[in-house]
Amino acid sequence: MVFEKLKKIIAEQLEVEEDEIKMESSFQDDLDADSLDVVELIMAIEDEFDLEIPDEEAEKIKTVKDAVEYIQNNMK
Amino acid sequence: MNLNGKIALITGGSRGIGKAIALKLASLGANIVVNYTKSDAKAKEVIKLAEEMGVRAIAVKADVSNKDDVENFINKVLDEFGRIDILVNNAGITRDNLLMRMKEEEWDDVININLKGTFNVTKTAIRSMIKQKSGSIINVASVIGITGNQGQCNYAASKAGIIGFTKSIAKEVAKKKVRVNAVAPGFINTDMTDKLPDKVKEEYLTKIPLNRLGEPEDIANAVAFLASDLSSYITGQVLIVDGGLLI
Repeated sequence: MVFEKLKKIIAEQLEVEEDEIKMESSFQDDLDADSLDVVELIMAIEDEFDLEIPDEEAEKIKTVKDAVEYIQNNMK
Repeated sequence: MNLNGKIALITGGSRGIGKAIALKLASLGANIVVNYTKSDAKAKEVIKLAEEMGVRAIAVKADVSNKDDVENFINKVLDEFGRIDILVNNAGITRDNLLMRMKEEEWDDVININLKGTFNVTKTAIRSMIKQKSGSIINVASVIGITGNQGQCNYAASKAGIIGFTKSIAKEVAKKKVRVNAVAPGFINTDMTDKLPDKVKEEYLTKIPLNRLGEPEDIANAVAFLASDLSSYITGQVLIVDGGLLI
């Protein structure tokens, strides 16, 4: 569920096709995001999942899997 | 030039240059948020004047050098208006002294309010601008940040720091269509410069080609230009407003 919802957000934020987005995809290496795109993506994730991700945690989110795990562990 | 419906936030907006900026932006149709630290009465006065121009205006007390204060402040703005279009980092102080006499506290106070305050507010407010993919940030620097001044090493360092900060953030967020510029006022008639002895003022006057001290409105006009779409191709710049002092 989280993955499906996240895929839509990533596709929209990074302007990539949904089927390009795999669990192991790295935002910067595979999905062509730069560091600011990732910051913006994290902001979108915070809004969509009603989370507040502290900077030091956000820095560790580099792949789709990192994001899914963070969201699953912290969803309210 | 019009700023109809824009949300503009001005730190240190209850008096001096900040007040002139707040009222100028309000006169162009922007809703304004006036941040202040000391005088409730002065902030309320600015709010009243802005409301008379037909815009929405609120005052929020917050110490820009305090991260928690700034977060509460920005949250209040977002609760009230939902977005931020224009941010003017104007809050600033002086604690003049010769280096050999300068206390650590005098150094820290100036750096914390002028430079760290600019960092705190920009970092917290820029989120809204990045999301909406538009925004204009104007940092109030000073010609002193370019030339230096004896007795003002803390102030000069803070203002030079603001210039470096401005250029860096301009590069970081240009892709998101957020512009970041600075204005560098010269000698402006405010409480801050009022403290100086007449002799110093007269000496300055001889060095200003336009042969007058600047008024807060001179700075407000430059800020309004940088806040508006008329400057949509300008970012990372330092606009010197000094009557020609630095020529």
